[in-house]
Amino acid sequence: MKLLKLVPDNTNIDFMRWRNLALILSILVTAASLTLVAVKGLNLGIDFVGGQVVRATFAQPVDIEDLRGRMNALNVGEASIQDFGDSRTYQVRLPSPPGDAAESARIVGEVRTALTQQYPGVKVGAGEAVSGKVSGELAQDGLLAISLAMLGIAIYIWFRFEWQFGIGALVTLFHDVSMILGFFALTQLQVDLNIVAAFLAVVGYSLNDTVVIYDRIRENMRKYRKMQIVQLLNLSLNETLSRTMVTSGSIMLALLMLLIFGPDVIFGLTVAILLGTFVGTYSSIYISAPILVWLGVKPDSFLRVEEKSTELRGSDGAMV
Amino acid sequence: MFELPRWKIWGIFLTIIVGIAFAIPSLFPKSQVATWPALAPRTQIALGLDLAGGSQLLLEADLADAARQRLAAMEDSVQTELRRAPRIAVGDISTSGGRISFMLRDPTQIDDAVERVRTLTQGVGLTGARTWDVTTQDGNRVFMTQTASGQAEALKNAMSVARDVVRRRIDPSGTKEVTVINQGQNRILVQVPGIEDPEALKRLIGQTARLEFKLVDQNADPNQVAQGRAPAGSQVLPMADGSGSIAVQRRVMVTGEQVAQASQTFDQQSGAPVVSIRFDSQGARRFGRATTENVQKPFAIILDNKVLSAPNINEPILGGSAQISGNFTVATASELAISLSSGKLPVKLNVIEERTVSADLGKDSIESGLIASAIAILAVMAFMIITYGRFGVYANIALVVNAFLILGIMGIFGSALTLPGIAGFVLTIGAAVDANVLINERIREEQRRGRKMLDAIDTGYKEASTAIFDANITNVIAAALMWYFGSGPVRGFAIVLLIGIITSVFTAVNFTRLLVALWVKRKRPRELHI
Repeated sequence: MKLLKLVPDNTNIDFMRWRNLALILSILVTAASLTLVAVKGLNLGIDFVGGQVVRATFAQPVDIEDLRGRMNALNVGEASIQDFGDSRTYQVRLPSPPGDAAESARIVGEVRTALTQQYPGVKVGAGEAVSGKVSGELAQDGLLAISLAMLGIAIYIWFRFEWQFGIGALVTLFHDVSMILGFFALTQLQVDLNIVAAFLAVVGYSLNDTVVIYDRIRENMRKYRKMQIVQLLNLSLNETLSRTMVTSGSIMLALLMLLIFGPDVIFGLTVAILLGTFVGTYSSIYISAPILVWLGVKPDSFLRVEEKSTELRGSDGAMV
Repeated sequence: MFELPRWKIWGIFLTIIVGIAFAIPSLFPKSQVATWPALAPRTQIALGLDLAGGSQLLLEADLADAARQRLAAMEDSVQTELRRAPRIAVGDISTSGGRISFMLRDPTQIDDAVERVRTLTQGVGLTGARTWDVTTQDGNRVFMTQTASGQAEALKNAMSVARDVVRRRIDPSGTKEVTVINQGQNRILVQVPGIEDPEALKRLIGQTARLEFKLVDQNADPNQVAQGRAPAGSQVLPMADGSGSIAVQRRVMVTGEQVAQASQTFDQQSGAPVVSIRFDSQGARRFGRATTENVQKPFAIILDNKVLSAPNINEPILGGSAQISGNFTVATASELAISLSSGKLPVKLNVIEERTVSADLGKDSIESGLIASAIAILAVMAFMIITYGRFGVYANIALVVNAFLILGIMGIFGSALTLPGIAGFVLTIGAAVDANVLINERIREEQRRGRKMLDAIDTGYKEASTAIFDANITNVIAAALMWYFGSGPVRGFAIVLLIGIITSVFTAVNFTRLLVALWVKRKRPRELHI
């Protein structure tokens, strides 16, 4: 049987030739993403801003304006209504009421009762109420989890490799996470706690990719001590290219299946991870590797100090 | 590498067999697993509420209310203590500003008084710090302030009692597998699978259920009561049905703590739902005495500072049982009965987060989640076979074993599978594939460099292992941090990722290596298509 080869043997693509162009492009897109987040903002779910959500599936398609009118008649705040996949499933979202926390939970009950009474055959699938106090903590928790995960990993890479690699991984992560944020700002998909899990998955995958390439760079630096850094990076990227393609390919394949056949509830989560996989693959090649050049990694970076000095003496000797 | 020590081979197989054995029960319905022989493993993966359907409430203690209650209780103790012989006369006692203060009529008794109220405080922990600080001022005034450690200790005790009370209140409502756990310092998480309308649950938990019997103050001027003013020694309380208010004596006849049993019944005359209670022996004595002394006078039945009803005492009630009426429905009467027999909450609890998912939605999610996961895994498996041939098959066997190991370990630890967990599962499958991709690509490379087949395989496994190690440790760090600092879905995702990374390295590296070794040993192949 002839086996599939996504990447031919012994490729020799000059990735580094485009590194400045890629850098400019990456900076532009990152800046655009962050601007988008600043201008349009994120569509934060009740997990992070507090409020109430009731999701219901109706027996017949309903008129959105009529539904909105009925919800607003309850006098529990301005209802925002979003359809959920088909024309029979809707999500009614209400802002956090002023006053005590129990009020928020009571409103969910009221909306639930009103829906059941006014629409025969309706099925209330889910009801959630998060008070402003908890939502603040959830947002903090989420941010803390992401930041600490990034920091912890950077420190580990610094110890296992060199400080330049730690910084490289951090910058790469920053790029990838900004990209995903920009995507959510652009599409206005709702950001809830599940999406934090997606961010963490992206962080994990992006690092995985970066570390595999760094590992090969380290190996080649030990092997080819005299090679120019740019040439060495190109070699390492080409050697790992086949692996990069097969792994990214299979993960994206799995996520695509989840996107098509999976439950609606995890749509946002899956899209985020899928995009993250793509961006993570790009950035491990065009950000994490070139940054080593700018940070001045030399082929002898991985030599121990005494080895460095004998090496220097050797070349001195040759000159004499 | 092709001559593995025997113990290692057995170790790998044993781990896998145990893992699969513990995963199998999760694939069958619970009712069926219950009939299995005693020796068979029965560990099942719990489903999170988002998949199983049910309600989750996060309750938070009202700290201000708790502090007020502690002050009031201490004030009571102080008064009782100083009234005991030899009595120390005090005046101007107040609990404002978060501390208790009182003045001594006779300043020479101050040392005595301080010593006696100090016996009411307790030491905390090993440091010997007390729960309350007792200080004096001007030689005749005593202050009592609760210390920080005293507050923490009191809150800890209150939260643990509150958790037990909440559990007792939910358990009789006939639901199973209720989770009631303390979270942080002042929160309780309640998860009840199967309950889709959390309203009843909230009413049940929300009642402090402080039941008191007090005499109605018949001397109070109705006009003054309407303005909220009551004579000395009495207080004005609202009626529970909203029909105005009533003046009652401050002195408590009997409290709900002396209730031994409570149940919902029907009134024999009117047929209305009522709550029948039976007092314990002390309560029965006190109730008997109070009703004997006050025949033909009305007494008020007070729940959480609202008057449920104020019937007349027609005759002394000596049997130790009584009936509480007050516009109940069957449901509210049985809720009150449960609340009363489970005891009063030591602290007011507020619902600060509520999530409900219907069983239908949960079932839909898990079905489409499982189908999607299965399709995803099949797609990846097909991809691996057309890319790596025989080595792809080995990677796939490892993949399936890996899936079972994750299920088995989650079953053993009792961690719940949630929707984000399913996404974590798919991601782990991807990561597991990566380890084999790294190995197989490396073997291809070594072959291209002209190594002989066996040498290429050996070097491939060796050289790929540093990259696999580094890549997975970074993921373990990320997963561990998100598990520790995250909440809800983040944790559900992290736990699957954490378990999955560990099992995937084991299956993708150790197990496939064993499969390759067995193949090489038996077939003695001359060349390798990879």
